[in-house]
Amino acid sequence: MRRSRLLLFGYLLVCLLISLFAEDYISTRLAYYYDILITIGINVILAVSLNLVNGYTGQFSLGHAGFMAVGAYASASWSNHLDPIFLTALGGPANPLATNVALLISMMFGAALAAIAGLAVGIPSLRLRGDYLAIMTLGFGEIIRTAILNTDFLGAARGLSVSGIYTNLFWTFGVAGVATYVVLALVNSTYGRGFLTVRDDEVAAEAMGINPTRYKVQAFVVGAFFAGIAGALYGHFKAFITPEGFNFFRSVDIVVMVILGGMGSTAGVIMAAILLTILPELLRALAHTQVVPPAYQGLLENRLILYSLILIILMLTRPQGLFGGLTAMRSKTSRAKEQ
Amino acid sequence: MSLLRLDSCTIRFGGLTAVSKFSMEIAQRELVGLIGPNGAGKTTVFNFVTGVYQPTEGDVWFGDERLNGLKPYAITARGIARTFQNIRLFSSLTVFDNVRAAFNLHLKHGPTHAVTRGPKFRNEEREIEDKARDLLNIFNLDRYRDVMCKGLPYGDQRRLEIVRALATQPRLLLLDEPAAGMTPTEKGGLMQLIEFIQEQFNISVLLVEHDMRVVMGICRRIYVLDYGLKIAEGPPDVIRRDPKVIEAYLGEEPTETK
Amino acid sequence: MEQVTLFVQQLLNGLSLGSIYALIALGYTMVYGVLRFINFAHGDIYMLGAFFGFFAAPYVAKLFPFAQYDSFTPQNFLGIISGAGLVMLISMTICAVIGVLIEKIAYRPLRNRPRLNVLITAIGVSLFLQNITQYFCGAQPRAFPQLIPVQAIEGLGDLTVLTTQAAIILSTIVLLILLRFIVMKTKLGMAMRALSLNPEACSLMGVNIDTVISFTFVLGSALAAAAGVLVSLDSPSITPLMGNLPGIKAFVAAVLGGIGNISGAALGGLIIGELETLVVGYLRPELRDAIAFAVLIVILLFKPTGLLGRVEREKV
Repeated sequence: MRRSRLLLFGYLLVCLLISLFAEDYISTRLAYYYDILITIGINVILAVSLNLVNGYTGQFSLGHAGFMAVGAYASASWSNHLDPIFLTALGGPANPLATNVALLISMMFGAALAAIAGLAVGIPSLRLRGDYLAIMTLGFGEIIRTAILNTDFLGAARGLSVSGIYTNLFWTFGVAGVATYVVLALVNSTYGRGFLTVRDDEVAAEAMGINPTRYKVQAFVVGAFFAGIAGALYGHFKAFITPEGFNFFRSVDIVVMVILGGMGSTAGVIMAAILLTILPELLRALAHTQVVPPAYQGLLENRLILYSLILIILMLTRPQGLFGGLTAMRSKTSRAKEQ
Repeated sequence: MSLLRLDSCTIRFGGLTAVSKFSMEIAQRELVGLIGPNGAGKTTVFNFVTGVYQPTEGDVWFGDERLNGLKPYAITARGIARTFQNIRLFSSLTVFDNVRAAFNLHLKHGPTHAVTRGPKFRNEEREIEDKARDLLNIFNLDRYRDVMCKGLPYGDQRRLEIVRALATQPRLLLLDEPAAGMTPTEKGGLMQLIEFIQEQFNISVLLVEHDMRVVMGICRRIYVLDYGLKIAEGPPDVIRRDPKVIEAYLGEEPTETK
Repeated sequence: MEQVTLFVQQLLNGLSLGSIYALIALGYTMVYGVLRFINFAHGDIYMLGAFFGFFAAPYVAKLFPFAQYDSFTPQNFLGIISGAGLVMLISMTICAVIGVLIEKIAYRPLRNRPRLNVLITAIGVSLFLQNITQYFCGAQPRAFPQLIPVQAIEGLGDLTVLTTQAAIILSTIVLLILLRFIVMKTKLGMAMRALSLNPEACSLMGVNIDTVISFTFVLGSALAAAAGVLVSLDSPSITPLMGNLPGIKAFVAAVLGGIGNISGAALGGLIIGELETLVVGYLRPELRDAIAFAVLIVILLFKPTGLLGRVEREKV
């Protein structure tokens, strides 16, 4: 167990080094790929955190984008209003240490608010099962979005500019690593097995002394926390956020990653996040080659048609996702029937 | 003082009275049976003792504490564990993890420790690992520890469910038709197992069963339910000869399961 | 007096909106009743209903030239109504077929799987329908042809009721009566009700579950399509994404009335329609969409079974 912490610190160190030395080069010379890289990192954070709720705890949440929105708007507001103070105190906006610290604080603020939102949404929603929970979380996601849409000091429909582009590879991939570690460490402990029992059989779990609501709420809050960080990172990357960017389709985006990866498989979900970030770009590139007849180019470029077909086909043929069945397969080899 | 006491419990679902004015007492270290024809309300009694339902009338006492209104996990925390009529194992977990999950109840550390993984966490995890392995060993299931519980033969799955319940350190164990689907040999083994559990773990057992041989064989006292009413109560040889009991079962299929 | 008239006017407006929601809500509730599953794609059937009506209208216009009339006269009344009715019927038929196909291809194979799977599939179908329509028809709104002349109905004093509103309300009433007849008096209708109460007993009694479920989708999709055509009478602008909001609101209506309960769906639709109109009229228009979500949250928190629904217990 000490080994995993060591692994995490090593990984963070690598991220830091890459960020210190290669960041400028990548962000300027390879801007297109830089964009994709950052997006991958953000999507991994979103997918891994949603997987805790949907995959490990079995609570079908369709409102993850709402928490991302809270994180984005909260941290954006924080940065817009308080950064001038912080930055001058720390040495000015040109000072990289200053911007990183500013981002950290802003991120934490966004994440904290998102976690509170997670609590507010989770507590009422979690009495419900299956379909009803899904609808409730969808409703809450839309309420959050509508609330932002109608709030003037958050920019309403016009959108909100964010004062500084502080997101970098270190924070993005660093948080992705931390999120992965937290989820895995949590779930693989005795305490964390509780999440899985709530998913497998809530009644039996209760009979074994496990409080399902406590686990569900915790999953929700942790998930919302990281979604908030993802939102903050997103906001400080694009420098401009609108409520439309956090709508139901965004939630579906993340859900597709979790399902494709195999609910309950963190590794699978990470790979699915990477795949689904790269895929639209690949398809777009493919659409412009000679291989594809012009009539079908539009189809390839339409990410949502592709996603919807992936969802349908996946559910019909391999609902456990690309990587979801692996844990079960590993143990099949030691089937008791041979004894 | 009795361990479990039901005081004239009634439970109504809409217009249907499933159990009516049922009283029962179980002492420390007692093996008690609850029998009755299908649909008599036996599992319903289990359900309101364990908090799945609330009795419409009447009280459930465990020691000197009233259980009415408590949630199932709170009742388990006070020392009542159960198995289910249709096996309810945690299907995505291994045999070992099924038992390990049940140790959550008495866990001294919380989620933050699981993430930070300090010495307190590691020590307790090691302790649980040992306790779980010991438990599995006692019941000869340790060799299957990393097998998915679905992969176990039926009889072993039933045993695992009992082991899992024992992991919660109960004072009273409720077994819901544990012999269902077992061969006569397996049933014999089960009878020995239940008696062994009762002695080794120093607990009381309330057994719901259809198989008369099993019930009469090990229970010290038996309660008989029919249509939600208690029609008899007493030691096995009294119950065996009670005319009301015989009448309730008359026309029933032979108690030997297929 | 002015205030009262205004209030009644709002109620009348809400009636026509509520009718649309009721028609869509019925589809949700019937499918949930027999399958215990929320058909996420239902709102998009409503959208397809509008689009098929849009495409069918020019052909029907050749038989019943309704576009040329500015107002109703005793001579052209029957012609106009027949034309509009035919457009609606064509749309309903096509959408009924589509609904059955979707059920057969995407939902039926998953009938014994965890319900989460089929919910996800439904989301996939919904996205697919929206985006494929957008691909073929473009994202720009299309103008639905005027099927019936728009004029205020005489003789109601200060109140204004448009012919289109009257058409929506009356058509809905007719459809509801038809539905009630089908559900209460026909064999398939009774089978639907039986299936929603006890699926195991149904198959034991020799009811062909597949047929009954297909029939449920026929009814639900046809009603949603009707709603799509009817709403276009009043708001002629149709887009591929038009099914999203009304779909969700109609779903809230179904939950409000008690999901699985047919009368509940109609009642719920009406209430949501009235609430929305009143909120827009008396509070702020920006809240028009939020009110449905607010109702959803409140209902799910305090009475998830809805106004007319039944409680279902899990057997332990």
